[in-house]
Amino acid sequence: MEVVTRMDGKKIRVLVVDDEEIVRESLLGWLEKDGYTVETAPDGRTALARLEAEPWSIVLVDLKMPGMDGMQVLEESRKLRPESVVVIMTAYATVDTAVTAMKKGAYDYLVKPFDPEELSLLILKIVAQQALVQENLLLRKVLKREYRFHDFVSKSAGMQAVFVLARAAARTSSTILIQGESGTGKELLARAIHTESPRSHGPFVAVSCAALAESLLESELFGHERGAFTGAVARRKGKLETAHGGTLFLDEIGDVGAKLQLDLLRVLEERTFDRLGGTEPVQVDVRVIAATNRDLRKAVEEGRFREDLYYRLNVIPVTLPPLRERREDIPLLVDHLLEQLAVEMGKTVQGVSADAMAVLIASPWPGNVRELRNVLERAIVIAPGSILRPADLGLPLPSAGDTGGGDEPVSLEDVERRHIAHVLRRTGGNVSQAARLLGIDRVTLYNKMRKYQLRKDEEDSAAGR
Amino acid sequence: MPSDSVCLWWIGEAAAEDRVMEEARVQVERVFGVSATLARRAERPSGTLDPRRGQHLSAGILRWLVAMRPPGATKLLGVTDVDLFIPILTFVFGEAKLDGVVAVVSTARLSGDAGGGSPRVSQARLVKECIHELGHTFGLIHCADPRCAMARSVNLAHVDAKRATLCADCRIRLSELRHGGGDAYGR
Repeated sequence: MEVVTRMDGKKIRVLVVDDEEIVRESLLGWLEKDGYTVETAPDGRTALARLEAEPWSIVLVDLKMPGMDGMQVLEESRKLRPESVVVIMTAYATVDTAVTAMKKGAYDYLVKPFDPEELSLLILKIVAQQALVQENLLLRKVLKREYRFHDFVSKSAGMQAVFVLARAAARTSSTILIQGESGTGKELLARAIHTESPRSHGPFVAVSCAALAESLLESELFGHERGAFTGAVARRKGKLETAHGGTLFLDEIGDVGAKLQLDLLRVLEERTFDRLGGTEPVQVDVRVIAATNRDLRKAVEEGRFREDLYYRLNVIPVTLPPLRERREDIPLLVDHLLEQLAVEMGKTVQGVSADAMAVLIASPWPGNVRELRNVLERAIVIAPGSILRPADLGLPLPSAGDTGGGDEPVSLEDVERRHIAHVLRRTGGNVSQAARLLGIDRVTLYNKMRKYQLRKDEEDSAAGR
Repeated sequence: MPSDSVCLWWIGEAAAEDRVMEEARVQVERVFGVSATLARRAERPSGTLDPRRGQHLSAGILRWLVAMRPPGATKLLGVTDVDLFIPILTFVFGEAKLDGVVAVVSTARLSGDAGGGSPRVSQARLVKECIHELGHTFGLIHCADPRCAMARSVNLAHVDAKRATLCADCRIRLSELRHGGGDAYGR
């Protein structure tokens, strides 16, 4: 029993906020003797700085203080540390004060001077509740492990289905077609499938089909013999050969031209190909995973993509849902990405404030998880504290009406158009910078700008539509 | 073990009850393994009364005790009959600073009728509170064992539930604290 108290005492951190030194000293002495870690703050500003710097289990705040009063400290602490329990202390309690404090999220309020028994019982009650909070956090961590599939974190039904399918597909050598918008993690999924597969000891070779002109892409994929074309001074292995025994990831397969489509069809049908300038067919053992952000079925219907190749690729179709269709994952993803970014950037990041999380959840995310990651990375760089606030995110705030605020429902396309316009505005019309922030490539951004009739120099008028 | 010398001093307004003080002295020696003496001096704290509350500020008494500590006494425990308070609480049975040199205990609220109100019960309560507050000066914090003298007591029922002795864990911690090796609470 004694040990339990000591252990609890070690974990429980109490912040006492009061402008009267004698009150701070008295409470410090009283609580320290129970084994709690206690610190004091003489005003609201100092209290918020302490709240931001470290987690606190209990915050005892005097209601009336010069400058920032207890109610303001309560409101701010609810945003910064929603897990902290705030108790308001006052010498002038009225029913109104108590009701207001409780409405704003105070756990309880104490009228000075307190009865020792009342204070003692209240602290014990909070300690017991904190034990439950700790247990809840632990369970959430366990759940987070459940929600993971390699670098993916998701609890949404759609993504869970993707994980199940990916695990099953990994055990086979069948061709997989991953469809999804930019930034949904198509390459990450391909890598995860490769890692889970019996081919994981072999190479994973990624080729972006949209990045190269068709002739260059051919040479890149199939390699060439010496003298195959001007400048081919030696035989060179292509990516297909490099991927032998492993997985070849063909990104942006929808952008491949007609000739290459035919060559790829042969590879998929016969697992053979010719190097450029070569006469002997080369046999390869590769598992092909293709990905696209285009609607391949529509491309087939419009005659822009070979139907036979489509069916060869579409053996196991996997569709990654866009982030806006799985908003319930955003808190989980933010947590996960902040953990990663903190390590990568060598920064201490404790999390995002409750109002910043609301902004993140409400954003349209046309660039999906990649955009979310970029926004968080940028926020970590510019945030003055270790908790990210709405202003650090550089996203339109819901109240600004920029995302179609108000009660009138707006279409997702409208939200996306306004969001892109906002980001273009922030970057002064710099498309490369805007694409980076949005987590999409420049080509995709140009396509979207064309689709929404956005011009670099007239985003303001577009945003106001 | 460093030799501690504890001095107990009646600083109440009424005349000292020698028999009660002697009992407290004996028990302090027994529990803490120190030599304890009784001071018999006429000085009393002043300026500690809060006229609005009709109670004495325990921090004020502690400050006075620090100034009055006899040479050679490593700890000084004042025992008074005035009602004590700290600004945030309606009352306290006593007060001490953790790892400090002085402590104060009041008899004002120890003679209630929760335990029958007999002088013997009040005396037993005083002894427990003396041990409790002195325990703090040795660095002991509150103990979760309700029978241990270091258990937090906010009412007479709590005081009566305690024994005038330390539990086994607190005895070990006291020994660690007094030897200065390690941190008894892992703080």
